[in-house]
Amino acid sequence: MTTVIDHTAEAVLDPAEIPKKSYLAEVVAATPGVSRLEMCIQCGTCGGSCPSAKDMDHSPRQIFAMIHAGMKDDVLASNTPWYCVSCYFCTSRCPQEIHITDVMYTLKRMAIKANLYDDHTAADLSKTFVNQVENNGRSFELGLATRHYLRHQPMRLVGSATFGLEMLSKGRLDLTPHKIDGLDQLKAILKKAKELDKVEV
Amino acid sequence: MEKYLLYPGCAMERSASAYLDSTMAIRDDIAIEFEEVKDWNCCGATEYISVAQTPAHALIGRNLALASQQINGTNTLVAGCSACYLNLSKTDNYMLEDDKLSEQVNVALSAGGLNYQPGTLKIRHLLDIILNDVGLAAIREKVTRPLKQLRIAPYYGCMITRPDPNKHFRNAEYPQSLDKVMRALGAEVIDYPMKTHCCGGHMTQISESTAYEMIRGLLYGATQYKADVMVTLCPMCQLNLDAYQENVNKHFKTNFNIPILYFTQLMGLAFGHDAEELGIGKEFVSPGKALAKIGIEIPEDQASPKTKRKKDDPSLPMPAMPKDEEVI
Repeated sequence: MTTVIDHTAEAVLDPAEIPKKSYLAEVVAATPGVSRLEMCIQCGTCGGSCPSAKDMDHSPRQIFAMIHAGMKDDVLASNTPWYCVSCYFCTSRCPQEIHITDVMYTLKRMAIKANLYDDHTAADLSKTFVNQVENNGRSFELGLATRHYLRHQPMRLVGSATFGLEMLSKGRLDLTPHKIDGLDQLKAILKKAKELDKVEV
Repeated sequence: MEKYLLYPGCAMERSASAYLDSTMAIRDDIAIEFEEVKDWNCCGATEYISVAQTPAHALIGRNLALASQQINGTNTLVAGCSACYLNLSKTDNYMLEDDKLSEQVNVALSAGGLNYQPGTLKIRHLLDIILNDVGLAAIREKVTRPLKQLRIAPYYGCMITRPDPNKHFRNAEYPQSLDKVMRALGAEVIDYPMKTHCCGGHMTQISESTAYEMIRGLLYGATQYKADVMVTLCPMCQLNLDAYQENVNKHFKTNFNIPILYFTQLMGLAFGHDAEELGIGKEFVSPGKALAKIGIEIPEDQASPKTKRKKDDPSLPMPAMPKDEEVI
């Protein structure tokens, strides 16, 4: 896949100077608060601190360079955000104080929309979880695991049956979901929030 | 009696009920009163924010709005789960920092007749309350069964010391809060390099090899320094280290056998409570051998069975002799 690098989107140190239509600007705008992403100096502290970097297609540093270069499709096809475990080591060590973990969440949201990353395991886990929460108000681990394994790892469903039984026998798993009283209220809130975000979940 | 609003979160309700039970068991000892947020909902863990932004914050916003309606003498909202704690405090902080987000969350909340003014609540983790409000002196005073000779590996995981938006914990990578609480109980606290490394979070469901390598590192670290038990403060960390320990052993052909308990369970034991009252017995890895060091016997039926015969075991089905010491 050949990628045309957008040379108008070089590293910039002043947020006011971020080219308005650049991919960088898009990522910054989709991240809450002040992400400081434009401040990246490519030092690599993030990748060096990342416990799952070795399994990533691109290190976090590379991903940020790609964002600056406008390589949107390559960024969204990368497994990198989906291998972020939210440990915040990069965030707390970044000398430029970039909210890296939050940027990874932004990239996950963008990747779901773009649908370029071919392994849907992680995205579907998140979506199934969200679905349980929207229908019950609480998470429902048995339902989550069953649906997730059925879709992605049916062989694991067999293997994890003993695991599930042990969780049940120890009183650590519910057979039925716990529904909150204010489920209609929660649904109304989430419906409005989705309209504001213009997302379909 | 100091009063706090409590957000238990989904895990503490079920898979980590031992954490909630032990917290409730020790509340009188440490003179704490909890008022649970009425009809709270899930915080979204790390999943909702990966799918949609405003709904994720609105989901958390409902909890903040409900908690703020219950403000009566205290505006401190406590969470025991690290992910819940971080989610609640991040939404509060982002609403303070980002006017547009705050407005959108409140437009969404108004569809359910709710409202939340950011900054109204003080969001804190249970460990922070116990160390800084209860204090070490009050903890020491209540110890009737010192945890002498019990070697403890304090395990903090990620989300309380990082990113720590309100600077409740002083050090992102080498914190001391849990160490201090455990020392106050009379335990021998080991210093090991993995205490703030990641347990892998939800990775067990996405890429087992990635997750197991992270869990292996933690178990290896604690075992190298001869810990009897690892102490956690987060349901996800406990689940990954405890329930997946056998899978990790299979994956790497290792022989880890280290029990994982919540810090509130250790506090309860030191304060003289029964193991059962503290939810001990729900672990996959039995803490029997470790707790025997402080004179606590776990009934056999409560302890996890460790004698299951493996499917691919080529040996004859003969009763095995117990090994002297399991050496890693």
